[in-house]
Amino acid sequence: MKYAILVNANPDTSASAISAYRFVKAALEAGHSISRVFFYKDGIYHALHYRTAPDDECHLTQAWQTLAQAFELDLVVCVSAAQRRGLLNPDEAKRQGKQDDDLAAGFRIGGLGQWLEAMLAADRVIEF
Amino acid sequence: MKKILFVLEKPPFQGIKLQENLDMILTAAVFDQQVALLFLGGGVLSIKSGQNPTDLGLKDTAAIFKALEIYDVKDFYVEVESLQAFGLKPGDLIFPVQEIYRKDVNAMIVESDVVLSAG
Repeated sequence: MKYAILVNANPDTSASAISAYRFVKAALEAGHSISRVFFYKDGIYHALHYRTAPDDECHLTQAWQTLAQAFELDLVVCVSAAQRRGLLNPDEAKRQGKQDDDLAAGFRIGGLGQWLEAMLAADRVIEF
Repeated sequence: MKKILFVLEKPPFQGIKLQENLDMILTAAVFDQQVALLFLGGGVLSIKSGQNPTDLGLKDTAAIFKALEIYDVKDFYVEVESLQAFGLKPGDLIFPVQEIYRKDVNAMIVESDVVLSAG
């Protein structure tokens, strides 16, 4: 089964965020494929480069990065949702006349069109 | 083409939530998908006439809802019980809608290929 995953959940204040990660991990380990994980709304906070959790707490950004590396996951962060919340990569920052570099490794910036594309190619769409 | 149902069930004007939902709805429409909107609970207030979100520093979402017609999005469903709960009638809304009873909502969800709860 091919899944497209939408993550709207804030990594720190929503219970759905850890569910999204666990669902994707379980699906991949069971041999399913994930066409794309699209981070939208407060979900974009997953992709902040400088998120630093205390040592004894779950670090979802790192967890996604490790998973992405192991399974070549496509982690896409919505450009407009990210910019609204102050997450810019160096290219966009330059375009806006700013200096910034917030995007965590393993994530890339994309548009809603890429979410639609993933959704249309998938057998199932799951939203967290 | 997929049948995409967006379920709007939260009251509007809580920051940019509705705006971000509309952005995704518009993108789906531009991709020529069969888009339908279902308004439940406080979500029905999103399409109540005579509101001024611009006073709250928000975009005129009614204008964006109305613009959906340009992209052939015309399937707007409103749950009868939710309208009644707010003392509203279909005539109080910004555009014509189709009324649906709560008992039929489940069937509508089942018939859709993708359901997104535009919270």
